[in-house]
Amino acid sequence: MKKTFSMLLCLITVLVALTSCHGARSLDPFVIPDSFDTEKQYEITFWAKSDTNIRQVQIYEKAISDFETLYPNIKVNLQIYNDYGKIYQDVITNISVQKTPNVCITYPDHIATYMTSPDVVVSLDELFANEKYGLGGSELRFDGPTYDEIVPKFLEECVIDGKHYAIPYMRSTEACYVNKTFVEKLGYKLPEVLTWDFVLEVSNAALAKDEEGNFLVNGQKTLIPFIYKSTDNMMIQMLKQKGAGYSNDNGDILIFNDTTKELLRMFEEPAKTRAFSTFKISSYPANFLNAGQCIFAIDSTAGATWMGSKAPLQDIDESLIADFETEVMLIPQFDTSAPAMISQGPSVCVFNKHDNGEVLASWLFAQYLLVNDVQIAYSQTEGYVPVTSKAQNCDEYKEYLANEGIDNDKHYDVKLKAAKLLLENTDNTFVTPVFNGSTSLRNAAGQMVENVTKSMRRGEPVDDEYYVNLYKDVTALYRLDQTQAMGKGREELGALPTMAVVLICAIITAWVLIGISASVAFAKKRKK
Amino acid sequence: MKKVFALVLAALMALCCVACGEPKEDINAKSEGVMTYAEYEAAALESKVVIEAYVQGKQAYSAEYGNTSIYAQDGDGAYFIYRMPCSQADYDKITIGSKIKVTGYKAEWSGEVEITDATFEIVEGNYVAEKLDVTALLASADLIKHQNKAIAIKGATVAASKDAAGNEVAFLYNWDGSGQDGNDLYFNVTVNGATYNLCVETDLCAADSAVYAAVKALKIGDTIDLEGFLYWYNGANPHITAVTTK
Repeated sequence: MKKTFSMLLCLITVLVALTSCHGARSLDPFVIPDSFDTEKQYEITFWAKSDTNIRQVQIYEKAISDFETLYPNIKVNLQIYNDYGKIYQDVITNISVQKTPNVCITYPDHIATYMTSPDVVVSLDELFANEKYGLGGSELRFDGPTYDEIVPKFLEECVIDGKHYAIPYMRSTEACYVNKTFVEKLGYKLPEVLTWDFVLEVSNAALAKDEEGNFLVNGQKTLIPFIYKSTDNMMIQMLKQKGAGYSNDNGDILIFNDTTKELLRMFEEPAKTRAFSTFKISSYPANFLNAGQCIFAIDSTAGATWMGSKAPLQDIDESLIADFETEVMLIPQFDTSAPAMISQGPSVCVFNKHDNGEVLASWLFAQYLLVNDVQIAYSQTEGYVPVTSKAQNCDEYKEYLANEGIDNDKHYDVKLKAAKLLLENTDNTFVTPVFNGSTSLRNAAGQMVENVTKSMRRGEPVDDEYYVNLYKDVTALYRLDQTQAMGKGREELGALPTMAVVLICAIITAWVLIGISASVAFAKKRKK
Repeated sequence: MKKVFALVLAALMALCCVACGEPKEDINAKSEGVMTYAEYEAAALESKVVIEAYVQGKQAYSAEYGNTSIYAQDGDGAYFIYRMPCSQADYDKITIGSKIKVTGYKAEWSGEVEITDATFEIVEGNYVAEKLDVTALLASADLIKHQNKAIAIKGATVAASKDAAGNEVAFLYNWDGSGQDGNDLYFNVTVNGATYNLCVETDLCAADSAVYAAVKALKIGDTIDLEGFLYWYNGANPHITAVTTK
């Protein structure tokens, strides 16, 4: 009897051990509690991104303080990041040990990767619609937006695999910050909408030098007429404007096409002559623009406070700042009658936890980030726009926009022009399909521009063979042959390898034999 | 006589042993096809360069991108190798003093001259440079000649930085105080009447490093000695690796 008992004990121990080998208990799908327990204390973490901007941090802190006043049983711990990539890496690292934050500023592209672990990110559709705690819900202690008051275009960007996994927080696009003074000095007049041809023509004309090697237009030894900050956006937007392939909702990689090559070839000569460069190769476009060393600087509208002679934020010595007129324009287009530009900016996702009440507390805080106070204050820190029509249409925000240029701080004209550019062109914005691997594809798009630019600067041969190798190298570097559409993971895994099948069979056989042996021993014992 | 002879022989052998000791390494010696520092210095931007130098500092390993950035030096000058692709195993093999042969392209980013798109191999040799005291050179136009070298600054006084609330503090998390514990540290020091902004970059010295703790313990008015690397960002922007409060 003792033997049987110890055998059973062993069996249970082994079974428990084997089960626990699979890591911590997986998360059950989130279920909305009937009511929020206001007596229970919740402590949640919020990983936020700041553009290394103290005002943004202060707004987060105030939002948390105001929220905690409304919900004294929820404590929010703020963790500030300066880099979306670092947030992404830390979330990925923490998913496996179930230490994700509760609420996190992120990009939908990143969420697609988080979602490869099931039930890690909370689908928000049911929460949106919840009568008590949903958008505009009856039990909310704040005046948040209703579903219809979130700008539909921005909300659509948070849909992954047919469901909302995030809410938009702020939106921006890219703008071309132009040294209008230099354009006119070169004998050109800015068109209403920039074209790529115009920008490249003016950039080329600006390369003329005097006998001492100074550029005629600025009298300096340094001039990079055209600098692009984000070359991934550059390629994505040019492809969109051309109607060419990039990717699709199935996660198919379509970027390696003839139009991509044609676009890259368009920048070969400007790269060789140094009429064009990139942030990664040369440095921040704002630094060159403000020193009178750049004419067309393309950067995010969320970087507008750094752009121009009078910019409130400067990264170069005061003595180097040139005096010129800054124009804020749409990025260059191929078809000026149908402009297309990227929509970007932070979104917020909520992570699942074992305690549904904790998730509901997280959702309440995430939703609080959409109230007018937070939306308007944060949007004013940069050329962001609020994501709710409720904030965009309120008197306070309208007054802010109307006061463009009355000072060089809160109402800095370049910043407000950048925000208006997006407000007026929201319908012309687009986003790229989101899937597990879309972040890599984005990086690859930029890498191709960087590689061609560097090769031309280095005098390397850039011919048809170069492009064949470029496509091959970039595919390998970013593992673009291993991407997958959301929800397709299971089908694409294919059959189990033979070795795995053999191993599983061996384990099953071993357990069957152990079971038989135990039964026989038990039967023998009974007979005795 | 025999005894004396034996003693003389023993003494001679001992002398030979000393003479046979490891010869001092010629830190400017270069392998076939490798540039001297002067040749590297003269090379045009964007041109291919091949150098050999001794690692004086390495940034954290980026598992995401599979690379690291290296401060290296020979007897004549210093090099910054930006985001040099390497495996974690090779990264672990690179220690302070390791000699590496690097092939890449000379580039400049905001005044920082660096080697990009590099490949490397670890070669035989070891040398740790003495920190160059640049205290008297800080205000000089010649300072740039020592870009990327391991440096020392002696007798600096901690000057105030202003936090978001306008309070005078000894250091900031991030350049404008927008960070938190764990972010890069920025602080000001006064040397010979001029104020300089210094940085503890967490990629180079992590938040649990001694220098990170030392800077967090600074008080305005402290007299300190510093060590670091003479990085450049639109002007001298030393990355500090050690702080000693006097």
